[in-house]
Amino acid sequence: MAVMNNVEAVRATLYDAMKADDRTLILGEDVGARGNVFLISKDFINEFGPDRVIDTPIAEASIVGIAVGMAMEGLRPIAEIQFADFIYPAFNQIVGEAAKTRYRSNGEYTCPLVIRTPYGGGVRGALSHSVSIEALFYHVPGLKIVAPSFPADVKGLLNSAIDDPDPVLFLEHKKTYRLIKGEVPEGHYTIPLGKADVKKTGTQLTVVSYGLYVHWALDAAAQLESEGHSVEVIDLRSIRPMDKTTILESVRKTRKLLIIHEDNKFGGIGAEISAMVAEEALFDLDAPIRRLCAPDVPAMGYAEPLEHEYMSSPALMADAMREMVKF
Amino acid sequence: MAKTDTQGSAALDKRGLTDDQLRAMFRNMLQQRQLDNRGFQLNRQGKVPFALGSEGHEAIQAGAAMAFERGKDILAPYYRDLGLSLGVGLTPYEILLSLFARAADHNGGRQFPNHYSSKKAGVMSFSSILAAHIPHAVGAAHAIKMRKEAGRAVLVTCGDGTTSEGEWHESMNFASIHKLPIVMLVENNEWAISTPLHLQMGQPEIWKRAEGYGMPGRRFNGFDPIETYANVKEALDRARSGGGPTLLEGTCYRFLAHSTDDNDMTYRTREEVVEHRKDDPVPRFERVIIDNGLMTIAEVDAMKKEILKETNEATDRAEAMPYPEAADLYKHVYEGAWQPWQ
Repeated sequence: MAVMNNVEAVRATLYDAMKADDRTLILGEDVGARGNVFLISKDFINEFGPDRVIDTPIAEASIVGIAVGMAMEGLRPIAEIQFADFIYPAFNQIVGEAAKTRYRSNGEYTCPLVIRTPYGGGVRGALSHSVSIEALFYHVPGLKIVAPSFPADVKGLLNSAIDDPDPVLFLEHKKTYRLIKGEVPEGHYTIPLGKADVKKTGTQLTVVSYGLYVHWALDAAAQLESEGHSVEVIDLRSIRPMDKTTILESVRKTRKLLIIHEDNKFGGIGAEISAMVAEEALFDLDAPIRRLCAPDVPAMGYAEPLEHEYMSSPALMADAMREMVKF
Repeated sequence: MAKTDTQGSAALDKRGLTDDQLRAMFRNMLQQRQLDNRGFQLNRQGKVPFALGSEGHEAIQAGAAMAFERGKDILAPYYRDLGLSLGVGLTPYEILLSLFARAADHNGGRQFPNHYSSKKAGVMSFSSILAAHIPHAVGAAHAIKMRKEAGRAVLVTCGDGTTSEGEWHESMNFASIHKLPIVMLVENNEWAISTPLHLQMGQPEIWKRAEGYGMPGRRFNGFDPIETYANVKEALDRARSGGGPTLLEGTCYRFLAHSTDDNDMTYRTREEVVEHRKDDPVPRFERVIIDNGLMTIAEVDAMKKEILKETNEATDRAEAMPYPEAADLYKHVYEGAWQPWQ
């Protein structure tokens, strides 16, 4: 097994997909000669040519729109939005078109499309290079949303997304890109969409998270462990569909639920998880469900204190976990 | 622009069309008019909740459809393309299934009428969101280019209103950069629901924008099916042979209100509509057909009767078909059975 960071895992998976299937192509801003701003597709254009690695004009609506048309006509496009913050001009193409192609044509046309985009903060990315976008899209039937946080999961889930017959929004937390390293199995493998992973087992509290915060939650859980408390940490990995089975099994065991995400609280992913657990397992709970999320402000600021105030931290997570296990 | 007219001249310039093709275009135009009327009739009878007419677009659509190669080309239409859809192979029965929102309709009664699509006929699925389909057509054209499928092209259509959308611009730009096999046909009927051309654009000749994109642009009289055919054929042939995209603007007029839910007398005058009716492409082309000896008056009358009979039969047959079932609401969200929670 090779050790890779998340950038290398995305790159290796994309490369294999381009090699394996000549219907696959990549389009987006600066993906060709520049090889993507994080160098994910560096040199791809030399090997696969400009028809399959397309440097597009700066026009996000048509990056996705053109990819939708390619998918409808039998190609397997992987569209890239350079930063998730830039996805808003493409909102209609994702929500109004890609997500509804199969449905509105009664199955005659399909849209096997992957939209990859780096999201998230903690990198001094300011208002427009830091946002989390998942809550804007997870309301939409017809879309699938994936947000892995470990290199081995990145590979398995990106392979599944590329193979998937429906549109998948593939979210890559940019702070994890080079920060997080891990072993990645050789060869082609897939991890099913909609399957969470228990990254640490525990008995006193269930923590559900995704993205960068899974890593911080694991740090916090290790701290709690050293204090004699046992915390279970679930990495959702997929946001739509979401793994109810794993969450409920864990909550019924620990009887307490803490949801942690970087996106703001109101209407976020945690709201749906809370509602589901309240509907299905309220009487199994020994404490109110708690959500540790970003404040209700438009975005994190560029200035260090503004970013710091917006983001959580392993210490803040440990505080919340401590309160929950002692409840 | 001055109206070029193929009518009344000493010898009809057929622009390479055979007599059979000319008669087929005429039949398509008559069929459009009949089906258009049928939609409005059914709405007034309370049998369908909504209908949308293409009256005034008959010639441009009959001509463009004749230039389309069935089984090869791809059509990405918009919602005022009844005649184009018929012209590339959809049947009156399929049109009526859409009007009645029946289960057997291509989109299973999910979409508004007039949103015709058919994978078999090469007609791409589209929504009601204007210009959203133009990048789809560009993507399809890229697929043709990437797979090196010589002799194929995409025909994408829209009204004048759609040319204000950003995605229209983005698509023109991308198609030009990559010299894609695509023809952008604008059916300029002068109205975006209630908004006239002068409130849609500062420069009213849409075809002139082609120069800014670096592709050929042409404007022609869209009330003339032969002119339309010649222009669309030339552009499609260029696209099919690697010559890149073309922007075409066919001028026409929307004789009816935007839809059965619109009252156009709140924003335009009866006099304006009456003035344009003088150029109605259907009786106009009927005169061309008769004056040039392509059909006799008796043959035209017989064709009209035949189309009415066909339309009546298609209406009865479609009306008798079942609605989708309530359980169909849950199908085709994704491939296979589906729940957001796993």
